[in-house]
Amino acid sequence: MSEPATPDTEVLRLVGLRKSYGVGTPVETEVLHGTDLILAQRDFAALIGPSGSGKSTLLNLLGLLDTPTDGEIYLLGQPTREMDDDARTALRGSTIGFVFQFHHLLPAFTALENVLLPRMLTHGRPRPDDIALASRLLADVGLAEFTDRKPSNLSGGQQQRVAIARALMTRPRLLLADEPTGNLDTVTAASVFALFRRINRDYGCAVLVVTHDPRLSGTCDRTIELVDGRIVSDTRHSPDAPLAAA
Amino acid sequence: MWVEWHIALKFLRESGAQTLLIVIGIAVGTSVIVFITALITGLQDNLIERTLGTQAHIKVQPPDEINLTVTPPGNPALLTLEDRRAQRLHSILSWQDVVATLDGLPGVKAVSPVVAGPAFGVRGVAVKSVAVLGIDPVRYQRIIPLSKYLVAGSLRVGAGDTLIGRKLADDLGIRIGDKLRLEASGGRTAVLNVTGIFQLGVSELDTRYVYLDLKQAQSLLDLPGGVTVIDITIDDIFAAETYAARIARLTGLKAESWIETNAQLVNGLRSQSLSTVMISVFVAISVAFGIASVLAVSVVQRTREIGILRAMGGPRRQIQRVFLLQGGVLGLAGSTAGAAAGYGLVWIFNTFGPGLFYIPVAPALIPGAMAIATLVGVVAAAAPARRAARLDPVVAIRYV
Ligand SMILES: Nc1ncnc2c1ncn2[C@@H]1O[C@H](COP(=O)(O)OP(=O)(O)OP(=O)(O)O)[C@@H](O)[C@H]1O
Ligand SMILES: [Mg+2]
Repeated sequence: MSEPATPDTEVLRLVGLRKSYGVGTPVETEVLHGTDLILAQRDFAALIGPSGSGKSTLLNLLGLLDTPTDGEIYLLGQPTREMDDDARTALRGSTIGFVFQFHHLLPAFTALENVLLPRMLTHGRPRPDDIALASRLLADVGLAEFTDRKPSNLSGGQQQRVAIARALMTRPRLLLADEPTGNLDTVTAASVFALFRRINRDYGCAVLVVTHDPRLSGTCDRTIELVDGRIVSDTRHSPDAPLAAA
Repeated sequence: MWVEWHIALKFLRESGAQTLLIVIGIAVGTSVIVFITALITGLQDNLIERTLGTQAHIKVQPPDEINLTVTPPGNPALLTLEDRRAQRLHSILSWQDVVATLDGLPGVKAVSPVVAGPAFGVRGVAVKSVAVLGIDPVRYQRIIPLSKYLVAGSLRVGAGDTLIGRKLADDLGIRIGDKLRLEASGGRTAVLNVTGIFQLGVSELDTRYVYLDLKQAQSLLDLPGGVTVIDITIDDIFAAETYAARIARLTGLKAESWIETNAQLVNGLRSQSLSTVMISVFVAISVAFGIASVLAVSVVQRTREIGILRAMGGPRRQIQRVFLLQGGVLGLAGSTAGAAAGYGLVWIFNTFGPGLFYIPVAPALIPGAMAIATLVGVVAAAAPARRAARLDPVVAIRYV
């Protein structure tokens, strides 16, 4: 257990969170059964659990992409359940960065433009300092040479790194990643996790990452295990030595 | 709006072939509309011009003479059986005042008093029934540009000079400088010098019209100082009926517009215009369906990208605008190409066509067609754009 030197602020708090699919139909099923969870600003946490346990469901909920059936999500202290779609979208855009399993870059845009996209969506035409920040983020993920390439001309790992740079563009307080290394080889996957670690440290951004790989979750500070829609364990641990990054 | 433009244009460029095909479709539709509208407008202008070239827009005549029925005192029910009075030739009362009033009317281009009546044209043994028209040549020229129709001689009436139609000249074997004897009712005659021969292009007129000086015609027709018709042209020929009604109210005289006189032609023109509009509307509708279906497909193809945009903080309205803009841009691009093509077709018709008439392209037609096509594009995009905006981001991102 590593005790933080200064008190850590809370980014996210889930209270009695429930989610059912198919509400009002004969096949209504509850996937999350009242989840409580607090994420702190310095957390670099892994979310693990068997397939179908509700990890993606939980991530979508706390990323404000989906609405809970019951319970409340406090993001930076703000209750979010009663917000309308526009308010949730704005809060999502300004505080949360997403990384998905299949990078999900826009194929028509270059790497740099993809990174700029979140900023453009909320602030319109990018200013020179936005472009400078995007270039720096791309350099940070090791893609300084590839800013003008379209996604189709990048490898899977490079695409995923562009997606990570994009998630950081709005300087989010919380980075959510759903199996970001699911279709990457182990070496590339390890480098992505090393990148998360660095982001968590350098940008002061809470990271919650879903993974199936125990070696990767071992490199985090905290492991949350979800089974059948219930958190069965939540442990803080000192990280294993990071796997060799490529 | 910058982002919406940026994304919309990227999307369109990315789906290159798809975009190109629908733009071609819109262009074909627009060129059809532009060409057909220009063609029909040109044709109609030509017909109207020909018709009005030999006619006044409005003819003012004295009111019909009617019997005055005196109602006996006590207001009893009265059944009368009366014949219409035969209408003798009579003058418009104080026509100088009427002409002065009409001259001052806004929208009236030209006013020309005319005295018209029947007579016989006699030369040797040949006799032809003719229509004598006594005119003030300066004023009359503003109604019917006689000099344009002159085929021989010079335009000179007055002091025993006359202008006659081509057919009449042929029938009577008259050439410039020959004499023509006119015999009117009551035994009044005049011998005139033929100074000019005209061809109005309407056979009826070319066989009957004989132009004289106003004074000479008045004495020939026994209407000293009188005129029987006042011819008027106005700026807006399609307002002729309104003007005629106004003039009738103002002067208490009978005013007949060319629209009434040529009811059948006007009816034909109106049906033709209606069918042009129908064609345009149906072409526009099919263009709209084309745009809508292409964008609907695009929304499905881009489901995942829409999900990403939403996840990264793009509000619903932004997504909606991205697709509305695509519709508008498609409409504008297609109609620009189409308008150019339509203009080209008109040019080809004018240059290499049958040469029956010239098609002018109204200055408002091309920008108008482009504006409408752009609007049609935006409207057609409404449904796909709404669908895109309503996509649930969770579902959209998982979509493969
Ligand atoms: N849109 C949906 N409608 C109905 N059921 C759903 C929907 N999405 C997920 N589920 C169900 O909810 C449960 C949890 O799904 P979820 O995707 O959160 O699991 P997961 O932990 O992410 O699994 P995996 O590791 O395979 O990604 C599953 O039983 C799944 O079938
Ligand atoms: Mg999942």
